[in-house]
This record gives sequence, structure tokens and C-alpha cells, in this order.
Amino acid sequence: MSILPPSPERIDHLVEGMTLLDPSAERGIVVSLPHPDDESFSSAGTMALASDAGVPVTYLCGTFGDMGRRMGSPFFANRESMRDVRERELADACTILGARYELLGMRDRMVEFEDPHEVATRIRAVLERLDPSTVITFYPGHAVHPDHDAMGLATHLAVAALPDPKPRLLAVAVGDREQLRAALGPQQVAVDIRTVRQRKLGALRAHRSQTEMMFQRWESERDDDEQMRAYREENLTVERFYRLNGVAIPLPR
Amino acid sequence: MGPIDPARVQKELDARLGRDVYLHLETTTGSYTALGPEKRTPVIAFVRNASIRYERGLVTGEGPYRVGLKLDSGWVYAQGLTDYTVTERDELLLAGHDEEGNLRVGLQLSLQPFRE
Ligand SMILES: [Zn+2]
Repeated sequence: MSILPPSPERIDHLVEGMTLLDPSAERGIVVSLPHPDDESFSSAGTMALASDAGVPVTYLCGTFGDMGRRMGSPFFANRESMRDVRERELADACTILGARYELLGMRDRMVEFEDPHEVATRIRAVLERLDPSTVITFYPGHAVHPDHDAMGLATHLAVAALPDPKPRLLAVAVGDREQLRAALGPQQVAVDIRTVRQRKLGALRAHRSQTEMMFQRWESERDDDEQMRAYREENLTVERFYRLNGVAIPLPR
Repeated sequence: MGPIDPARVQKELDARLGRDVYLHLETTTGSYTALGPEKRTPVIAFVRNASIRYERGLVTGEGPYRVGLKLDSGWVYAQGLTDYTVTERDELLLAGHDEEGNLRVGLQLSLQPFRE
């Protein structure tokens, strides 16, 4: 059973009103997210397009993702082996995407309990060293998982503290599409990833402990409704981002 | 990890009796339940590397299993345990998995701290 119908010939309806970004024209890209696999779900196509053109791409990953509940299907990891399992999966995914990765080594689930300014300082040091033209993170407050929100906030603070000209800061929002549209409107930036959709699937598959069950579902079309199919197709066709530069983000209490 | 053998698990519990051990205890629904069809709130709790000492420790039930540890001044309890292993670092890991292999509950004991 193929889970990959041919790429749509037209994407106009998916990127209406958005600026198309060409990752191959960037000076460098840093993706700053908390878990191994966040990069593949959100930005794999963008990363592959950039690295194919020789643009340096780094995944700055906040945690080892070692508090996840997915252990593989059937399970092959446990709570204590998970850290090494997920780092190996991350290394494989990054190889497929032509990216390198760095780990901040925070405890999974605990990012929101760290001092956001301290985390921002560490992220800023990485950005100063790598000098990317674009940074990708989660949209603080609109990313479902508390680690996502916290890493998005710290990355926002880090970019705000950089001298001008600052890198473009792009944000991924997660959750119910209608709710996100109501809260944030449509995304402003889109990347056409049709030519690298196999690579995105490959990177997702490399995160086997986390995605094996998802692929089993897709392939069996169990639990597969129209909405899920549309969502999957869209995310293998375009990657869409909000522009976060200059957006005021409130600090948590 | 493999299915719990109660006799073997009991031996492992006995081996750590009366000693200072590190506890990892958790239960989780996963973080994304709010996105599922039922839109349930995620419920997650864990304790990692709490130091305890137990004077009685038993595995009970017919599977899924329960484990209770009687401390000097309190208790540790987990229900729904299905699988276990002892790692190279001599950590006793007990876990409860659902049909899809997701972890739902974990109780782990080790003489050395779990990796931080
Ligand atoms: Zn994540």
C-alpha cells in the first residue's frame, strides 16, 4: 500500500498569500526545537533543500527526548535505553537530511521549568557561532507540548538579543488547524518541498521508536480518516511558518 | 524487556531489600491526548532518583502485575505492570505497556542513580 500519492502539480491553494522561501538561497539554517523528531515533522523538507545546495544546516535539539511514552511498535526501547536509541535515530535522520546536530542536553519534559533566560543564553551562543540567516523554532504558546512552547520562547529571546541584522525567525505552530487560524491567522512563509518529500518520509522513518506506529497506521489505513490524509499530504508538500521577528511574546509567570 | 516472570521479579525485589535505592516512578497518557478524538487532558507524573529504602517489597497479581514497597515511613505503589528487564547497570525496570507498545506506567529501582 503506497502512502505516497504523486505530488500535486499545483500548490497555490496551500500557500495562498504566503511568501515562498527558497532554502537553497540561505546563508545557513539553525532549527531549534526540543525533541529528536521535531525537526523531521516540522522542517525536514526545508532542511534537505538547503543542505542539497551546500547551505549549512544545524539541528539544535534541546533534550534527548527520553521521557517519551512511545517505545516502538512492538516496543524495543525502555526508559533507560531511550536516550541512546533516540540519539542514534536523530543521527540517522540528520544524515538523511544532510544536517548536523547539537544537543543542549536538558531533561525531556522539564524545559519549561528551566530559567528561560539561561536557556536563551545557551541558544544565543550557538547562533553567534553559526551565524545563520534563518532560525526555525516552535511558536511559543501555540505548540501543544510544554517543551515546544518553552524552547520556542527561549529561541525567541535568543534571537531578540542578537545584534542587527538578526536572522529571520520562523515558527511552527502545532494543533487544531481551525483554532490556530483563528488565533494566529495564516502562516506568512511557505517552502515547496515536493522534490524532497521522500527524504522527509525517510527522516521520519529514521525516528523509528516514535513513528513506527504512525507508519503502520498509514500503511494499513486503519484509523485513517479524510482529515488525517489531507494533513499528511499537505505536510509532505509544503512546510509553512509564521514570522516571529518583532512579535511580542509574553514571558510566562 | 520481556513479560514479567513474577518469581524472578520477586528475587530482584528481595535483592534490593533494606538498601538505599534510587526510585524512578512514572505514569503517563502521553502529551498529545488533547489532539486525539477524545480531546483528553494529558496526565503525566514522574519522580526520578528519589532515594528510598524498603522493608517489604512484593509483586502481586496474575498479570498485569502490581508492585508495592513498604518504606520506613510510607509506600510506593504501581499497578498495570506487564514487562521487566534488568539492565547492564543492574537497574530493575518494570513497565506497563498498552497494546501498541506505549509505556503507561513505570517503576524502576537501582543502587546507583539513574542517568540524569
Ligand atoms: Zn516534540
